[in-house]
Amino acid sequence: MRLRLPRWAAVTAVLAVIAGAGTWTAVASDDPPPVHRADRMLDLDGARIDTSYFTGDADGRRPAVLLGHGFGGSKDDVRAQAEQLARDGYAVLTWSARGFGASTGEIGLNDPDHEVEDARKLIDWLAARPEVLLDKPGDPRVGVTGASYGGAISLLAAGHDGRVDAIAPQITYWNLADALFPNDVFKKLWAGIFFSAGNQPGAASAGAPGKAPAGKTAACGRFTPELCSLYERVAVSGKPDAAARALLEARSPSAVGSRIKVPALLVQGQSDSLFTLAQSDAMARTLTANGAPVAVDWISGGHDGGDRETERVERRISTWFDRWLKKDTSVDTGPAFRVSRTGGVDSTDGQATLRAATDDRYPGLTPGATDIPLAGPAQTFANPAGAAPPAVSAVPGLGGGVAGLSSLGVGLSLDFPGQHARFDAKPQDEPLRITGTPTVRTKVTSTATDGSAVLFAKVYDVGPDGRQQVLPAQLVAPVRVDGATAGKSVTLTLPAIDHEVEAGHRLRLVVAATDLGYASPSVPAAYTVAVEGPLTVPTAPGLDTQAAALPWWVWGLPLLGLAGAAALLLTARRRTAAPAPDPALAAVPLQITGLSKKYKGGDRYSVKDLTFRVEQGQVLGLLGPNGAGKTTTLRMLMGLITPDEGEIRVFGQAIRPGAPVLSRVGSFVEGAGFLPHLNGRENLDLYWKATGRPAQDAHVDEALRIANLGNALDRAVRTYSQGMRQRLALAQAMLGLPDLLILDEPTNGLDPPQIREMREVMIRYAAGGRTVIVSSHLLAEVEQSCTHLVVMDRGQLVQAGPVAEITGSGDTLLVTLGEAVPDALVEKVGALPGVATATRTDGGILVRLDTLDPTALIGELVGLDVPLTGVGPHRRLEDAFLTLIGGGAA
Amino acid sequence: MSPLLDTPTAPATAAPVESAPGYRAGRTLPLRVEALRQWKRRRTLIMGGILVALPFVLLIAFAIGGDQDGGRNGRITLMDTATASGANFAATSLFVSAGFLLVVPVALFCGDTVASEASWSSLRYLLAAPVPRSRLLASKLTVALAYSAAAMILLPLVALAVGTVAYGWGPLRLPTGGAVPAGDAVLRIGIAVAFVFASQLVTAGLAFWLSTRTDAPLGAVGGAVGLTIVGNVLDAVTALGDWREYLPAHWQFAWIDALQPQLEWGGMVKGTAISLTYALVLFALAFRGFARKDIVS
Repeated sequence: MRLRLPRWAAVTAVLAVIAGAGTWTAVASDDPPPVHRADRMLDLDGARIDTSYFTGDADGRRPAVLLGHGFGGSKDDVRAQAEQLARDGYAVLTWSARGFGASTGEIGLNDPDHEVEDARKLIDWLAARPEVLLDKPGDPRVGVTGASYGGAISLLAAGHDGRVDAIAPQITYWNLADALFPNDVFKKLWAGIFFSAGNQPGAASAGAPGKAPAGKTAACGRFTPELCSLYERVAVSGKPDAAARALLEARSPSAVGSRIKVPALLVQGQSDSLFTLAQSDAMARTLTANGAPVAVDWISGGHDGGDRETERVERRISTWFDRWLKKDTSVDTGPAFRVSRTGGVDSTDGQATLRAATDDRYPGLTPGATDIPLAGPAQTFANPAGAAPPAVSAVPGLGGGVAGLSSLGVGLSLDFPGQHARFDAKPQDEPLRITGTPTVRTKVTSTATDGSAVLFAKVYDVGPDGRQQVLPAQLVAPVRVDGATAGKSVTLTLPAIDHEVEAGHRLRLVVAATDLGYASPSVPAAYTVAVEGPLTVPTAPGLDTQAAALPWWVWGLPLLGLAGAAALLLTARRRTAAPAPDPALAAVPLQITGLSKKYKGGDRYSVKDLTFRVEQGQVLGLLGPNGAGKTTTLRMLMGLITPDEGEIRVFGQAIRPGAPVLSRVGSFVEGAGFLPHLNGRENLDLYWKATGRPAQDAHVDEALRIANLGNALDRAVRTYSQGMRQRLALAQAMLGLPDLLILDEPTNGLDPPQIREMREVMIRYAAGGRTVIVSSHLLAEVEQSCTHLVVMDRGQLVQAGPVAEITGSGDTLLVTLGEAVPDALVEKVGALPGVATATRTDGGILVRLDTLDPTALIGELVGLDVPLTGVGPHRRLEDAFLTLIGGGAA
Repeated sequence: MSPLLDTPTAPATAAPVESAPGYRAGRTLPLRVEALRQWKRRRTLIMGGILVALPFVLLIAFAIGGDQDGGRNGRITLMDTATASGANFAATSLFVSAGFLLVVPVALFCGDTVASEASWSSLRYLLAAPVPRSRLLASKLTVALAYSAAAMILLPLVALAVGTVAYGWGPLRLPTGGAVPAGDAVLRIGIAVAFVFASQLVTAGLAFWLSTRTDAPLGAVGGAVGLTIVGNVLDAVTALGDWREYLPAHWQFAWIDALQPQLEWGGMVKGTAISLTYALVLFALAFRGFARKDIVS
């Protein structure tokens, strides 16, 4: 017996494989290791600082991480990251900075004497913890990270405290004065948002309103008076002054830049008009010069919004600390320079997809320059009175979506006619990837009384139609020009971007007089701008765009599917090899041995233990009533169904589904099977072609002659009568003159002349040495055309042998006479030796033989001059058949 | 009466002869023969007719409807740019038909192929010819997939021709803005069609498997279409969350990613992976089941 799995088992197994992966992840994320959190208020230098300390389950001393929060937030914002770091094996301390969250004190914008000092005290506190790994007493192994405000404190802590071992500042500033007063232009919108974020009534002041220091205007909120007045002064004048610049610079990481020498992962946003890529570029240059390992990571989003890639960035920070705090040299800290590039939108979830471009070194903002000539005459344009209406580029707070859209070919940016100059380049012949800051030399002339001008330079990517224009990352570069009454050469440094200009697109330099995000002079003036040189565009050819990361299952599932498919097919293979051919039976057309078949769901055997043999040249009649198992036997013979037991051999070859020896068998079983839309000729032609055998072996003409369809051959088979189909099917069965021809009820639907013709065909076919098996319940037909019989009933063999043997039993013969004979003659016949009796009946003389055989009897009868016309078995086959199957013989 | 009887040749009686002269299992049911068997069927021709006619129907609809600037609820679809160029028209035709119309030919060609032979009783004669069962399925599957692919190529091809005559040869204007040059656009539409075909492999697999399980051609076709609809319904259940990613229907419109300014492969690769996975298993089930099936039709 062969192994047979139930079909559902296979399906279930495959589904289990498909579902398995999902189950594993679900289990993995089900039960994260617990993280312990301890909240404490620490009194540090006149302020109560709200802290949370996170530790995981690990034993022993471990490195610590200080995790700062962004401006306007609190320690609660970073709790999730803190817990993850704790799980990763760090002792994590978060705190709300002075003036934020539940901490008291005033906001000093990371004042070295206050906020930075707080951070130093927190490191002292960490050094006293028993679970924190120490480099030496009082010096814990500690890293600092955080975004924006928290990123700046990372840099500052490293600059002010030698105990810090690694940092990972994100989207933060190097020089706050440069960030808020770029090129001496006041970034009024962002500064305003920044200032008001520090002005929100926090938990501390809300809980204790009386605590607000007296003598401060309400507008100052929690800012120190010094910073408050700085902001108000600059905001009112619209122009930064030297004192303001000096104060902000003193509090910036750049002030202690030369002292920051620890490994730093610098994460900066591309959609960030507040802290631009130029800020992280300054960090990278200084830290690299200091000899510190530096990696730069330009994320897609930023303060203007967009995808901050939080999950990936946090994972990378964790890895960074694994390398530099745990000193695990086996981890890969990632490329030295990585840029997230926006691909298209994934339409299934509406998300823009990101791809990484990486380089093993950070090339800075002015790598591999390409010069692109700009065309356009000198243009004069107006600075409108009151600086309104302003041109629009990045819009903080709203800009998120907008900056993100620019990479998708859509953007919201606006330049008012008459308020800007523009210079177009030729369309690109091939795509150009800008990575860094383009520069261009221009000549600026101003009619302002002091000869100054505030200009906003931007580079658009203009589509082939000349109208669709996109401002990469929505960024503009403001510049203040002084002493330009008589014209002054100015090199404009445009915003750092990573942007691809497609072939057919062109670059357009626009120099505008206003921008919504910045303060510009409200006194009207006319500016004239001319380009003095090409647009120098940096490219970073070393940056390789990686394919977008795809989940494991994109490759895994088809492989699993393939494995499942292979498993399904391999387990279906029979274990037993095909039985070897039996040379002894090579000339035996059919040998059936012990054949049994029970249909699935059937209550009894359709064929049971059937054994018979057909010799060459026989016309074998397979006889039986309906349900005797004739057709089932023939189906097994054709390899259509598999026997449960037993064996069928045709010319010595065992029959399996599709056994090649079936090509020596022609069959017509259970009616015709044709393609109804094709005509008879096409059906035969395509059937023969389907056998793959040479066309000349088909003997189509002979077969067609048997079919005798005439013109109907060229009609679609669906129009045929039952008899026509039948004849066509017989022709199909005889195609190629098979050595064994199997015909199941071949005369159904034929008219009497055709039946007779059919009979002759079979007899003569077999006479040629071929073999024919005919199944039928038309007994007369079998009687007249078959040489041998197999009688079946209820699936079992009843009798097999030559027709005469079964029908006549050599017993009683009917001698039909041409004319009446005298009684004496009948008596003479009865007296012949070997004849038992002879009696007269209706049709002639009934002779019961004793020892004489029928042939000898005929000789004797002729000798007696009996006018016989025929001698036949008296017990007609019908009677024999009924007797054999035990029905109606009683 | 029959000359075949006058030229009898007795079978050789010496060594066992494994098969008739000239018979080789690997040569049975050649693809060309199977393609011819299917070609003249009415359903093939009707399906082709529908796919050819659809662009003309759309063309007439746009001609009657005229410009439609008002009331589109701020949502921009390919419909809005349909008449911009031949390429746009082809993309729009694909857009309106990919969801359902293109499922039908795949289900039809793959679902009908074995079941209809069973219902005509011609299957048993092929198997007794004998065409080995796996060879029969391989030929039938290849031809059914080829016909499916042809149906999918036919629609956008006719639409491109019709659209080019009606609206001119021009760049593909994208609904989100921007344009793809005409030559590039044809390539993009080609990628989209290729993905639609790949994403329909699961329907093909399902239909083909059902086709080997039943003798009723309509049962196989209807079953495949029905289960595709069930997939769409399940995909609409957002509560399933990430599990929907494993539904083939989830990715059926990922080919639109080929028609945005920046060609985005992610969704199409994922959709192909899912579809291929299901299809492989279903094809294997079909071969496995058919290899051991009792053919009683």
